[in-house]
Parts: sequence; structure tokens; C-alpha cells
Amino acid sequence: MNQMTPPPKRPDREYAVTAFAGLDAVERPIPAWERIWNQGWVRKVVLIVLLAIVWEGYGRFLDNELLFPTFSATVEALLANLANGVLPNRAATSIKVLLMGYTIGVSLAMLLSVAAINTRIGNDLLETLTSMFNPLPAIALLPLALLWFGLGNGSLVFVLVHSVLWVVALNTHAGFRGVSPTLRMVGRNYGLRGFRYVVAILIPAAFPSILTGLKVGWAFAWRTLIAAELVFGVASGAGGLGWFIFENKNQLEIPSVFAGLLTVILIGLAVENLVFRTVEARTVRRWGMQH
Amino acid sequence: MSESFEPLLDVRGVTLQYRTAQRIVTATHRVSFSVFPADRFVLLGPSGCGKSSLLKAVAGYLDPVEGEFHLRGRQIKNPGPDRMMVFQEFDQLLPWKTVQENITFPLLSTKRLPKAEARERAAYYIDKVGLSAFAGAYPHTLSGGMKQRVAIARGMAMEPEILLMDEPFAALDALTRRTMQDELLRLWDDTKFTVLFVTHSINEAIKVGNRILLLSPHPGQVRAELDSLPREDPDPAALLGLERHIHDMLFA
Repeated sequence: MNQMTPPPKRPDREYAVTAFAGLDAVERPIPAWERIWNQGWVRKVVLIVLLAIVWEGYGRFLDNELLFPTFSATVEALLANLANGVLPNRAATSIKVLLMGYTIGVSLAMLLSVAAINTRIGNDLLETLTSMFNPLPAIALLPLALLWFGLGNGSLVFVLVHSVLWVVALNTHAGFRGVSPTLRMVGRNYGLRGFRYVVAILIPAAFPSILTGLKVGWAFAWRTLIAAELVFGVASGAGGLGWFIFENKNQLEIPSVFAGLLTVILIGLAVENLVFRTVEARTVRRWGMQH
Repeated sequence: MSESFEPLLDVRGVTLQYRTAQRIVTATHRVSFSVFPADRFVLLGPSGCGKSSLLKAVAGYLDPVEGEFHLRGRQIKNPGPDRMMVFQEFDQLLPWKTVQENITFPLLSTKRLPKAEARERAAYYIDKVGLSAFAGAYPHTLSGGMKQRVAIARGMAMEPEILLMDEPFAALDALTRRTMQDELLRLWDDTKFTVLFVTHSINEAIKVGNRILLLSPHPGQVRAELDSLPREDPDPAALLGLERHIHDMLFA
């Protein structure tokens, strides 16, 4: 075995530190193309353009407008229907009903989750109701809704509320339960109670989950609405987008069917990227709760 | 001598219990002490002595099964802004509010001050803790020490009857912790606020406190109540002696 020798004795040393004159020596700008590519929307637009090219190519290869119209034919039909005012009209009808159902659904979900976080029986109520109704497809309730509310917006709103309520309530409740005990104590330290406590502490602290719930609820609402409109079509002469798709399918105007579907997609993209993204940027990202 | 003063906080024979699913745990057993205005009163003890539970009970989060808490003669029942709490955790600031808003929010929500004055007072205390450059920053952009400074500024801006500090520096690195202890003492020199401070560090207790309550563990009981050393002349021999004395009482 080697002998244990103590480490050598070394003198104390001091060094002079180089002073950097300006920021230039330490910081460098990112090249322009990299800055552009760092923008999320640029990358997404590139992806969408690529998808459109694939679509166009496949459509031309198939060469059957009744089965799969090309991207250009779809855009043509879209522009024609936009110009004659049919599509904007239908879209407006759909969005109006959608917003009505969505607002009511979200409000009810908030009430339910606040009751659930404050009382044990409210918690049981929420858990029982969501496990009962969340798996139930909204469309399955449509026949009943038609019976109760007749052929009209009432039925649509009813199924929309059903499709939004449970998923938003589940996410909101999960968010409330995930609020850190320290933040809860801070809120109570300020003397906040009841409604003010929920608004000032719980909702902002649970906002990432709530936002996810709102997004999923929005998507569910769209699906349900289009499906419901396809099934029972027009009410009082003012059909929505689903009706538009159904009508054009019956007339074998397949490019217009695609144009209808494309409109649904475009509205979805717009809401996700303009509304939800803005809300996210102004809230959870800014607060450092989500990255 | 202090008997002639009215105590600010009076803790009389307090027993605290925790209820878990399987058993009931006694955290403290018949603890009594009094805190007087401008005291820097330290609760010191090893983990399991119930010092944090005692502080939470003073804050009103925990009801005693026996005994009472009185703040200026009134019994403590609920949490309230007359006892501002500074927690150990860095997540005690509201992430959706800037440094300034975090300090003005309790002032406004308890209707202590109108908006303009709340802002003024916030700016004053932000300056006191040396964070004027970060008044508009969100908490997630701050370091741990800076977050604790904001929490202290928030507590002090409310000008509570008593400031409750639950191991506020325990999660900080050693260097930052020493700076923060000095800063706290400097702030105290300015405004002479009353603070109830929980720590498990003998060294911190002697440095920060003027009066130290020693608690023995399982369940927490008062082992001793002593004066700390004068701050002006930290005589190394006396410091070492007091540290050893406290250590012996806690672990012998």
C-alpha cells in the first residue's frame, strides 16, 4: 500500500480580474433567421403550408372531385361561399349558439367547483355527477333534448352545456385542490373569506388547470355543436355550419363540404392562437406558472 | 421589571394536537409564555417540539385543545391581518402579482389604506428591503432571498401587532441567511416592531432574538426562557457559553 503523505503546502494566491469594457464582449445578438424561426407562428404556418401542398398533391393524383377535392378547389368553394354571404351567415349562427352554451356551461362549472372546494357534500356531488355524466356523449342526449326543448336553439344549448360543464368542472376542481397550502394560508392571513377568497386566491392560483379545462371544453363544444347540427339540421331557417355541410353533401357539392370543414378548422385555429394564446401569455406565462 | 408592562401576546397553558387518520398526536403540552411590545421573541427547539405548530396557532390556523391565546387581551380565534405571517416557503408570494402589487394587495383588500397611500407605503418598504429596482417584477423572476425580502416587506407594510416568522431563512443558502439576519435587525432598529420568530438554529436564535423560549420535543414543553446576548458586543466567550448552555438543555 502506498504511504499516506500529507498534501503539499501551497501559498495563498490572488488574481486580478479582467474588466470587460462593454456589453458587446459578453452578449451577442442572435442571427436574424434564427430569431424568425424562434417565432412559434412562423413554424406553424410553415407546417400548415406543407400540409396544404400534400393535400393538393393527393387531390390531383386522385382526380376525383366527389371523393376528395383538391385544396385549390376547396379554397375556391370557400371564397365563393364567403362572397355570397352564406358561409359567414352559417358560421355566425353556430358561434352564437356555441357562445351561449359555453358561457352557461362554464358558469355552472364554476359554481359546482366552488361548492366542491368549500364543502364536503359539494365535493361528493361534483365527483358523483362528473363520474355519471362525463362519459355520456352529448349527442346521446339530443333526442331527449329535442323532446324537452323542441327543434330550436334550446336543444342545442342544452347539449352544449352538457358537453362543457363536466370537463371544465373537473379541471377547475383539480386546479383548486392543487393550490399550495402556503398560498391558502396567505389568503386567510389577509382575512379573505368565501367569494373574495375564491376570486382573489383560488382562481388565479388554479389558473393553469382552469385554462386547460376551458380549452378542452371549447373543443368539446365545437364537436358537439357540429354533430348536433348535422343530425337535426335547421331550426327556423337559420342553420349553422353543420347544416351547411349536411346540405352540400346532399347536393354533392363536395368542395363546399370541405370548405365547411375548413371553416370549422379555421375558427378553431383562430380561437386557439388568438384568444387562448393571448390569455395564456398575459396570465400563466407572465406569472411564471407555465413555461 | 417587565411585569409592569402589559404583554402584547399572552399564551396560557396551550396544548395543541394534530389529528391524523390513525392517531391523535400531541404537538405541545401546556405551553405558556408572554411576548411584550418590541420583543424579538424566538421559539427555539429541535424538530418535533411543536414550535411551528405554536406559531400557526398564534396565527389562527390551528385551534388549541387546551389553553388560550390573547393578543392585547382579545382571544385569538381566526387568521387575520393583525398577525402577518412570513412563511419559510418561497411560494408564499402571489405569482400573479408583481412585487409592488403583492405588498399593496393586503393593504387594499383589508381596506387599511386607499390606493395612492398603499402604493406609497409599499414603495417605502420595498426600498427598506433594497428591492426598488424590482418593484414591477413578478416573483418567479426573483431569487429565494429576494422573495423572502418581499414577504418581510409585505408583513411589515401591514404594520401588524406582531410579525410571525416561521423559519423564514431556513431555505436560504448560508451566506444569504446571514445577510438577511442582519437586515432584519436593521429593520427592527428602524421601526421596533414585535416579532415572534421560529428557528431550529441556536446560533440564529441568539443572533436574531432578545428573548429565547426553549422547547423540548415530543411533545413540546417549555424547557427554559432566557435572555439572549446584547447585540452590541458579541463577546466570543459568552456566545460560546450560551450556545453550549442551550445545547445542553436541549439535548442533555
